[in-house]
Amino acid sequence: MTDLLKPRDAKEVADAVAWALDHDKALEIAGQGSKRLIGRPSQTDLTLDLSGLSGVTLYEPAELVLSARAGTPLAEIEALLAQNNQELAFEPADYGPLLGGDAGRGTLGGAIAANLSGPRRIKAGAARDHFLGVTAVTGRGDTIKSGGRVVKNVTGYDMCKLIAGSWGTLAAMTDVTVKVLPKAETEATVLIEGLDDAQACAAMAAAMGSPYDVSGAAHLPDHVASFFDGLPRPQAATVLRLEGVAPSVAHRRETLAALMRPFGAVVLLDESNSRALWRSVRDVKPFANEAARKRPLWRISVPPAQGHRLVDLITPAAQMFYDWGGGLAWVAMPFEDEPDAGSIRAAALALGGYATLIRAPAAIRAATDVFQPEEPALAALSKRVKESFDPKGVLNPGRMWAGV
Amino acid sequence: MSVRMPEPDSAVLSRREKIVATLRSIVPGEGVIAGEREMKPFESDGLTAYRQLPMVVVLPETTSQVAAVLRYCHDEGIRVVPRGAGTSLSGGALPLADGVLLGMAKFNKIREIDFENRVAVVEPGVTNLAVTTAVAHAGFYYAPDPSSQIACTIGGNVAENSGGVHCLKYGMTTNNVLGCEIVLMTGEVVRLGGKQLDAAGYDLLGLITGSEGLLGVVTEVTVRILQKPETARAVLVGFPSSEDAGACVSAIIGAGIIPGGMEMMDRPAVAAVEEFVHAGYPLDVEALLIVELDGPAAEVDHLIERVEAIARDNRAVSCKVSTSEEQRLLFWAGRKAAFPAVGRISPDYYCMDGTIPRAALPRVLARMKEMSEKFGLRVANVFHAGDGNLHPLILYDANVAGELDRAEQFGAEILKLCVEVGGVLTGEHGVGVEKRDLMPAMFSETDLNAQQRVKCAFDAKGLLNPGKVFPVLHRCAELGRMHVSGGQLPFPDIPRF
Repeated sequence: MTDLLKPRDAKEVADAVAWALDHDKALEIAGQGSKRLIGRPSQTDLTLDLSGLSGVTLYEPAELVLSARAGTPLAEIEALLAQNNQELAFEPADYGPLLGGDAGRGTLGGAIAANLSGPRRIKAGAARDHFLGVTAVTGRGDTIKSGGRVVKNVTGYDMCKLIAGSWGTLAAMTDVTVKVLPKAETEATVLIEGLDDAQACAAMAAAMGSPYDVSGAAHLPDHVASFFDGLPRPQAATVLRLEGVAPSVAHRRETLAALMRPFGAVVLLDESNSRALWRSVRDVKPFANEAARKRPLWRISVPPAQGHRLVDLITPAAQMFYDWGGGLAWVAMPFEDEPDAGSIRAAALALGGYATLIRAPAAIRAATDVFQPEEPALAALSKRVKESFDPKGVLNPGRMWAGV
Repeated sequence: MSVRMPEPDSAVLSRREKIVATLRSIVPGEGVIAGEREMKPFESDGLTAYRQLPMVVVLPETTSQVAAVLRYCHDEGIRVVPRGAGTSLSGGALPLADGVLLGMAKFNKIREIDFENRVAVVEPGVTNLAVTTAVAHAGFYYAPDPSSQIACTIGGNVAENSGGVHCLKYGMTTNNVLGCEIVLMTGEVVRLGGKQLDAAGYDLLGLITGSEGLLGVVTEVTVRILQKPETARAVLVGFPSSEDAGACVSAIIGAGIIPGGMEMMDRPAVAAVEEFVHAGYPLDVEALLIVELDGPAAEVDHLIERVEAIARDNRAVSCKVSTSEEQRLLFWAGRKAAFPAVGRISPDYYCMDGTIPRAALPRVLARMKEMSEKFGLRVANVFHAGDGNLHPLILYDANVAGELDRAEQFGAEILKLCVEVGGVLTGEHGVGVEKRDLMPAMFSETDLNAQQRVKCAFDAKGLLNPGKVFPVLHRCAELGRMHVSGGQLPFPDIPRF
C-alpha cells in the first residue's frame, strides 16, 4: 500500500506536488478512489488524496452556476441542486458497484477527470460540456486557472476540455466550476418490445431523427433485460426517454409512440418506472452484480447507426446492451482473464469507433491497452501535451498509456 | 494600429521570390497569389482597423497540399496565418508581413450528410448557413448560428468556438462538433474524434475548438445536426429599467425554463433598430427582452403563458407574443439588424464582446454610462441575456482625430470591467490581436505560460499564427525548463497534511 498525502487546501496540493517533484516521487491522484480501478494499474509512490478539499463555494441557481472544491462528494452536490430543482444535466454514471465498490460515492473532480456522462449524453453532452472553470496544480507544481464562471467564454485555450477526461494525468484539480440546469418537471418512456439489435438501432435512429427531443435511447436485448429496473417484462426492450414539462411530455409520448408502432408493440412507462429504468441503464446494472463482476467489461463508442453490427463482430458468448441510440455498447466478456482486446478493438475500429477496457483484473490491465492506442502522430502529440503539463511524470504516470 | 506584431524576419523576406516559386510548385494554377493588388482583399478581416499585406497568399484545395505547404514553411521557418472567410471581429486572421496567408476558401464541399448518425462531414470553407441549408429538406439544422452565418465558415467557427443566439439551450461550436482532421505545423495529419459521441484519449478536439488557428489547420469537420423544433414563438417584453429586465431573466431561468433564445437591448439600441427595421419595438422602455420558446406546440404555448406571468411579476410595461411566423421573424429582424442599425446612426462603431455574470448587468450598464460621458462617446448595448454575453457598440467617427483611440480605450475599460465583476474578456469573438494585450487582466503569467506550453506541444517553432492571443511570446525551450525549488520546500520529508 502506498503512502497517503491528504492536503487540506489548494496551497497544500501545490506543496505536495512540489515536494514530489523535488523527491522524484510519482503521485496517484484520487478523490474518494471510486474509479481507481479504471486505467492501467497505478505505478506511483504515494496517493494524493483530494477528498479533504471539500465544500461548495458558490451556488447561484438563477445564474445556473456552481463552484466547489474538487473533492466535494457528488452526492452532496446533487442533493444541494435537487433542493432547487436543478441537476448536473450530464447525468454522471455511478461506477461504484460496477467496480465492486459502494454506490453513491465519487467526487465532482473525479466525475470531471473521468469525463463522466449518462444516457442524456445524446442531448446534454458529457461532463466536459458543463465544465466552465478550473484551478489546478500541474505536474510542474504550477497553480493555474482556466475558464471562468460564465458559459460563454473563448478567452484563451479551453484548458478545461483538456483536463476533463485526462484521468488526473495532466493536473490535480483543486477548484471547479460547472454549469447546472433545471431538472425536468417530469419524464416518461416509450418502450418497443421484442426488437433485434438491428431493428432496434433503426427504431432509435428514427426516434433521434424526430423532433420529439428524445433524451435517452437504449436497447436492452433479451439476455440482459431482466437486470433492468422499471421494465414490465424481462424481454428485449428498446426504450426512449422523454423529459420536460407535463403537457409537452404527454404530447410527445403519443406522437413518438405513433412513430414507433411500425417497429413493434409499444408500451408506455410512467414517471417512476422511467426514472428507475434510466438509472439502471446509467449505472450499467446488468454488469454490476457479483457474478457479472468476474467478466471483463468493455465500453465501446461507435457511430450510433453502426452499433448493432458489433454483435456480428465479437464472440457470441459476450453479453451486451446499447445506450446513446446505439452509439455506446457495454460489452461483458465471458472469461475473467481474457478481455480479447484484439477482436474488440478490431470490431470498434471497423465501425469507426474505439473501445475502453473499464474493468478487468489488475494483471490483465497491466498487460493490455486499457485506453485505445492512438495512431503514431496522434500518440506523439498526446505525449507532448502530457509533457507540457507534467514533464517529469509526477501525476498518475502511465494510467492512460505507458509513458504518458 | 496600436498592437505590435512580431518583427518581420528579413531573412525570410529576402527569399520571397524563391518561396513563392516553391509554393507554386505545391499549389499549382491560381492557388498562389503574390501581386500586391490581388492580395489587397486579404489584408484585414472583420476587424478592419487593423491591416497588413501578407508576404504571399496560398489557397490550397486538398489536405495533402495543406500538409506540404505547412511542412515546407516549418522546415524553412516561415510563419503561417490561416484564414476562413475573414469575418473575425478580433483580428484572428490578420496577416503578417513575412507570413504565408493560408486561405481555406477552396475547401468548400460538403463531403457527407449522414442522417442516420445525425452528422454532416464538411470541409472547413463551407459556410455555417450552408450546412443548415444542405440538411433542411429533411427537417434538420446546424445549431450554432453566429450572426455572420451567411458568410463565416465552419473552419473559422471551430477556430473561434463561435456561438450565436441559441447557445444557452443548444451550446456553442464546441458542443456541436464531433470530429475533425487537422494538419499540424510539421505537416503531420491527425484525425480527432469521428461520428461517435465521444472521442478516445485527451480531448484535443475540445482544445482545438476556440484555439484561434494557433495549434493546427482544420481540413475537415464532422458536426452534429439536429431536428428542427416543431414550432417556435417569441415574446417581446419591455421594462422600465435594466434591473427589472435582468430580474425577469433570472426569474424565467429560476422557474426551470431554458428558452431557445433570450436577447436584451438597451434604449439606444432599441431606438436605432426601430428606426431602421420598424419591427414594432416599444420606444418608451429602458430595456427590451426577446424570449423565444421552441419545441412542440403544446410545450411552447404552455411556457409562453408562464413567461408572460413572470414578466408581469417583474414590472414589465409591455408584453407582445408573436402570433404568426412572420411576426416572430419580425421580432428577430430587429435584433439581428442591431449592428447595421447602429451603423446608420454613427459613421463607425466598435463592437465589444465580454461576458458577465448576469446579475452584474445593472452595475455594468451604470458604469458604462459613466465611461460614455468620460470618453465623450455614445454606446448602445445588445446582450445575449441568457448566457451573459454582452455586446456594447461604441459609436465613433474615425475621421475625427482621436476618436478611434478613445473608442479603443473605452472598449478596453469595458472589458476590464467585465473581468472585475467575475466575467471574461471575450464570449464569442475571440482574443485575436484585439484583446491580446488585455489577457493579463484575466490570467497570471503562470496561466499564460501553461497555455503557451500547450501551443509548444503543437507548434514547437511558434510559426502558426504568432502575434495572436498571447501578449508575450516565449520560446518553447525557455518555457520547457523546470524551475526546481532546490530543496527549499516547507516539507523536508513526506508532507503529511
